[in-house]
Amino acid sequence: MNTFDYERPETVADAIKAGSKPGASYYAGGTNLLDLMKAGVRTPDSLVDITRLDELQRIEPQKDGSLRIGAMVRNSDLARNDLIQKDFPAVAEALLAGASGQLRNAATVGGNLMQQPRCAYFYDAHSACNLHKAGQGCDALEGVNGKHAVLGWTKTCIAVHPSDFCVPLAALGALVEVDGPDGSRQISIDEFYRLPDASTPPGSTLKQGEIITAVTLPSDAKRFAARARYIKLRDRTSYAFAIVSAAAMLHIGDGRIKDARIALGGVAAKPWRAREAEDALNGAEAGEAAFRKAADAALADAKPSGDNAHKIELAKRILIRALKAAADGTPATMPDLPGSVFATGKEAR
Amino acid sequence: MALRISLNINGTEHGVDLEDPRPTLLDVLRERIGLTGTKKGCDRGQCGACTVLVDGRRVNSCLTLAVSLDGADITTVEGLADGDTLHPVQAAFIQNDGFQCGYCTPGQIMSAVGLLSETGGQASAEAIREGMSGNLCRCGAYAGIQDAVLEAQANIAKAGKS
Repeated sequence: MNTFDYERPETVADAIKAGSKPGASYYAGGTNLLDLMKAGVRTPDSLVDITRLDELQRIEPQKDGSLRIGAMVRNSDLARNDLIQKDFPAVAEALLAGASGQLRNAATVGGNLMQQPRCAYFYDAHSACNLHKAGQGCDALEGVNGKHAVLGWTKTCIAVHPSDFCVPLAALGALVEVDGPDGSRQISIDEFYRLPDASTPPGSTLKQGEIITAVTLPSDAKRFAARARYIKLRDRTSYAFAIVSAAAMLHIGDGRIKDARIALGGVAAKPWRAREAEDALNGAEAGEAAFRKAADAALADAKPSGDNAHKIELAKRILIRALKAAADGTPATMPDLPGSVFATGKEAR
Repeated sequence: MALRISLNINGTEHGVDLEDPRPTLLDVLRERIGLTGTKKGCDRGQCGACTVLVDGRRVNSCLTLAVSLDGADITTVEGLADGDTLHPVQAAFIQNDGFQCGYCTPGQIMSAVGLLSETGGQASAEAIREGMSGNLCRCGAYAGIQDAVLEAQANIAKAGKS
């Protein structure tokens, strides 16, 4: 690991000042950043430790019914929060489907959004990777790429965003609050990420010095609480990144789907909101036929980026499964295997 | 840049002078304090051998900068027993053969202690397997580990009632 300067500012304003210096990185949970620094993939000149900024630690219901979650809230604390479990159960399930107990105790809301791809060539400082430096090329194109993107990719980068938590956030239209040298702004999680294009690799739209201060779940997202699930397919039952995953949320009235929210994980360089699939469900009767149509719509533009054509069919199946589970109702208590296809049945709420 | 930090480790205050901010909590415990019970397995947060409690919560000490923890309370496997009386989780690992070579055991035990405080003594066998998934055992002693954590949970509940 290269050496670096270390600062621990006391306020967000001071953090932004320190974080605006070229080569500065914010340090929160450290679970991804230190890993990348040990691999030599990230070599920051300075780390700005934001772990003790009190203003980033709170979970606060807002007057308009939305829920504002501070960027430094740890994944495990958020997953156990009563309001999250009651109003946004798929968010809790996705959090608990990710990483391990130790990592969830350290990992933060902001850090989860900023997670870097787990592509093996990105993780190897000696491989060609446009995420190391634009223009280097991409060794994954001709390499081991069975878990890479099937949506929104270009030959610049075929890596996927690895987060579980961000998948229900995308489905629910979460808002990301950002503060920085040019002031604060709030953007949808969809606009927070950039997909790759013909020359630029994917990433976030954060500028140097900008810091995520909070993520807000809008109040209208609560109407899905009774039918909301996150299902994740992985190589082993626990502690593995998604091959594909799906957040599915349904609002049903008079036997018809009045509103649906769908996002996919493990398929693209960002959590993938599938609006075409949502449109396909609106007004339909909840059931296999409608769910299959939605799954076909969600993956209509998918194409393999390597040895991963199977992910297209897997994503459809996992989405149908998540929609069925959502239609059955949110379980009264969190399954012992959150997000798992092997989770045993529990009574709906 | 020299940095001085203070850590309360197993109830004892330790001042540590760091030559630069790079050392992880794991390296400070092993190389500076001399507490080698906490093990370095992968050093990348994948195996769990380095698990310790920071302010009562289990974390991977290999993925935590020591400098960031100035003032924190750290519990390592050396701090669990009360004199010659083993912690219920330690006793249950022996009772249930929860190990073979023993290298992952300190991390398994610290992870189990953290898990049992998170679940409040209500975890099913399946929830324990899920909750312990951040700790790998290359000997494959998982069946004994699961039984040990279940027994420790029951014994802690019993002791709490008496």
